[in-house]
Amino acid sequence: MTSYVLGIVASALSLVVVIELLRRRHLRERHAIWWFIAGLLALLVGIFPSVLTWAAALVGVAVPTNLIFFVSIAILFFVCLQHSSEVTRLENNARTLAEIIAIHELHLRQLDERLKASGVDRTADSDQ
Amino acid sequence: MAFDYSQTLVVMPAFNEQESVASVVREVQQKLPGIAVLVVDDGSSDATTKVAIEAGALVATLPFNLGVGGAMRTGFRFAVENGFSNVIQIDSDGQHDPQSVPSLLEALERADLVLGARFAGEGDYRVRGPRAWAMRFLSVVLSGITRTKLSDTTSGYRASGPSAVALFAAQYPAEYLGDTIEALVLASRAGLVISQVPVAMRPRAGGVPSHNPIRSAAYLGRAMLALVFALMRPVSANDAMVRP
Repeated sequence: MTSYVLGIVASALSLVVVIELLRRRHLRERHAIWWFIAGLLALLVGIFPSVLTWAAALVGVAVPTNLIFFVSIAILFFVCLQHSSEVTRLENNARTLAEIIAIHELHLRQLDERLKASGVDRTADSDQ
Repeated sequence: MAFDYSQTLVVMPAFNEQESVASVVREVQQKLPGIAVLVVDDGSSDATTKVAIEAGALVATLPFNLGVGGAMRTGFRFAVENGFSNVIQIDSDGQHDPQSVPSLLEALERADLVLGARFAGEGDYRVRGPRAWAMRFLSVVLSGITRTKLSDTTSGYRASGPSAVALFAAQYPAEYLGDTIEALVLASRAGLVISQVPVAMRPRAGGVPSHNPIRSAAYLGRAMLALVFALMRPVSANDAMVRP
C-alpha cells in the first residue's frame, strides 16, 4: 500500500515540477514535452497498476516492471539525444556570432584609424 | 611579376603564433606587393593580434578558439563583405613559401579551388609511416570524388576563386579535418573545378610533425570519419546555386 502511494506522490511531484518550470519559463515546451509525457505515464501507472500489466501483456513483456525500465531508458535516451543536438546547434550559433564579432571589431579598428587620420579625436572609450 | 593582387586576400589563421606571425606577414607583403593580408587570430592567449597589427596586417580576433575551419570561414566572410574575389590560405607558422602564390593564382584562372600540393615534385617535404598511408588513402579517395588528381588533400596552402569564396563564406566546415577534407567534398558537390599545383614547403619554424603511430592511427580514423560524414551529408539547397 505504501509503495502504491509512493509511486503516485513521486510522479505527481515530478509533474508539478515540470509544470512549474514551464510556467516560470525556465523550460521551453520542446524540452519539457518528454518529461511531461514521462510524468503522465508514471502517474497513470501509479494510480492504475493494472494498465501496466495490460500493456506488458499487449507487447509481450513477461515481467511488467521490465516494461517500465524499457520505456524509462528509451525516454532518457531521446532526451540525451535531443540535448546533444541542441548543443550542436548552440555551438554553431556561437561560432557564427564569434566570426561576425571578429569582423566587426576589425571594422571598428579601421574606422577608428580613419577618424584619427582625419584629425577627429574620438573622446569616448576606445575599443580595447 | 606583373600580377594584380588587388582582388586577392591572403588569409592566415593564427593560434598562438606570436613568434612567427610578424615575419610571415612581412614576407608575404614583401614578395607579393600590394596584397591584402588578413590574420585571423583564433582565440590566442598570447600577443598574436598585437604583433600582427604592428606588422601591418588586417587582424580579425576571434573571442575564443574555433579551429582552422572557423578561422577560415571568418576570412571568407570578410572577403565577401569587402569584395575580394580570391582567397589564399597561408599558414602563419612560416611553412608555406609565399613565392608559390603567383602559380596558385595562375591555376585559379582555370579552376575554382587550387591546392598547393607538397608531394607533387617541388621541395623536399616528406612524411613516413602510418600518417603517410593515411594521406595517400585520402588522396586516392578524394581524387576519385573530385575527378582530379590530388596528391596532397590535407594541404593548408590553397587558393579559392570567386565561386569557392561564395560557397565557403556560407558554409565552410568547422570540424577537425573538415576544413581540408570536407571542404573538398563540398566544393566538388557544388560543381566547382578543383586542381593542384606543386609548392615547396619549408620546415616548420617551431615544433616537429608527429610520427607517433597511435596519433597517426587516430588521425586516419578521424580523417575517415570526416570523409564518410562529408559524403553522407545531404546536399543542401545553396550547394547548387553558388555557381554563377
